[in-house]
Amino acid sequence: MTEHSVYLYAIGEAALADSDELVGTPGVDGAPVRVVVAGQLAAVIASVDRKRFGEEAIRAGLEDLEWLEQLARAHHQVVDRAARSHPVAPVRMATVYLDDAGVRQLLSDHHAELVATLDRVRGRSEWGVKGYAAPAREASEAEPSSAASDAPGTSYLLHRRAERDRAAHGRQRLMEAADRLHDDFARLAVDSRVYPPQDPRLTGRSEPMILNAAYLVDDAGATRLAEKVNAATDTGLRLELTGPWAPYSFTALAES
Amino acid sequence: MTLARAGVEEIALVDLLDRLLGGGVVIAGDLTISLAEVDLVHISLRALISSVDKLMER
Repeated sequence: MTEHSVYLYAIGEAALADSDELVGTPGVDGAPVRVVVAGQLAAVIASVDRKRFGEEAIRAGLEDLEWLEQLARAHHQVVDRAARSHPVAPVRMATVYLDDAGVRQLLSDHHAELVATLDRVRGRSEWGVKGYAAPAREASEAEPSSAASDAPGTSYLLHRRAERDRAAHGRQRLMEAADRLHDDFARLAVDSRVYPPQDPRLTGRSEPMILNAAYLVDDAGATRLAEKVNAATDTGLRLELTGPWAPYSFTALAES
Repeated sequence: MTLARAGVEEIALVDLLDRLLGGGVVIAGDLTISLAEVDLVHISLRALISSVDKLMER
C-alpha cells in the first residue's frame, strides 16, 4: 500500500466542503481534491504519494523546470477554483503535511489569524501591475557628426559618457514614475505589495521591468485600477494588468 | 481592456511563481515540509533561468 502525505492548497471557510466544482477534481499529481473542516474553517487538500512529495523529492523537483511548472499550474488551478466563489487564503506552494490531523491542528492553532485573514480578503481579489520601460525611440538623438574630428578618441569617449549618463537619467526617471504610479494605484487598494522586477530572461522581453506590484481591491477598485492603468500612457512605462488572482500576496500570517 | 479572468494556461509561469513562491500562507512546523525558506526560491529561479538558457541554445 502506498503511504500518503497531505498536500495543502488553501484555507477557507467550512462552506468550501460543499463546493462541487472543487471537491473531487484532480489537483497536483492528479490527486483528487478534498476538503477537511475544523469548526468554521476548512482546508483544501489532497492525498499525495509520500515519496514523491517528500522533502528530497521537492528540493530536486525545484531544479526541474517541467516539474516546477506542472506543480505551479496544478496548484494554481485548485486555488483559483476555490477562490472564484469563496474567500480563501492560498498556502505557499509545496506545503505538505503528514496527515489530516496535522492540517486540522493548523486550523485550530491559527484560528483567529485565519478568520481575520479571510475577512480581509472577502469580496476582494488581487490584481498585478507590471511596468516595462517603453522601447527607446530609435536614434532619437542623431550621432554627433564630429565623431571623426581632430581628436576622434576623446570625442568617442565623451559621446559614450554622455550616452551612459542619459541612460542612467532615463532609468532614474522611470523608477520615479513607477513609484508615483504605484502610490496612485495603492490608494485604490486595501493593501499592496511590491515584488522584485522579473528577470528579462524569464519575461522574454528586451525592455527591463521597472514595476512589479500587486493590489488587493474589491470589484469597484478593480475597475478603477484598470482605468488608471489604461490612462497612464505618458510615463515612459508600458503597463500590463494581470488578474484577478486569488489573494496570494495578501495572506501572510504574522510570525508566531 | 477586459476584466475577464485569464485561463490558467494563459498565465505566464513567471507571474505565477512570483505569487506561489513569494506569497501564500507560510507554515513551518515539525509535521510539514514547506518552501518557507527563501533560498529555495532562489534555487528554483536559478533552475528556471538555466532552463531558459538551454532552450535558447537549441
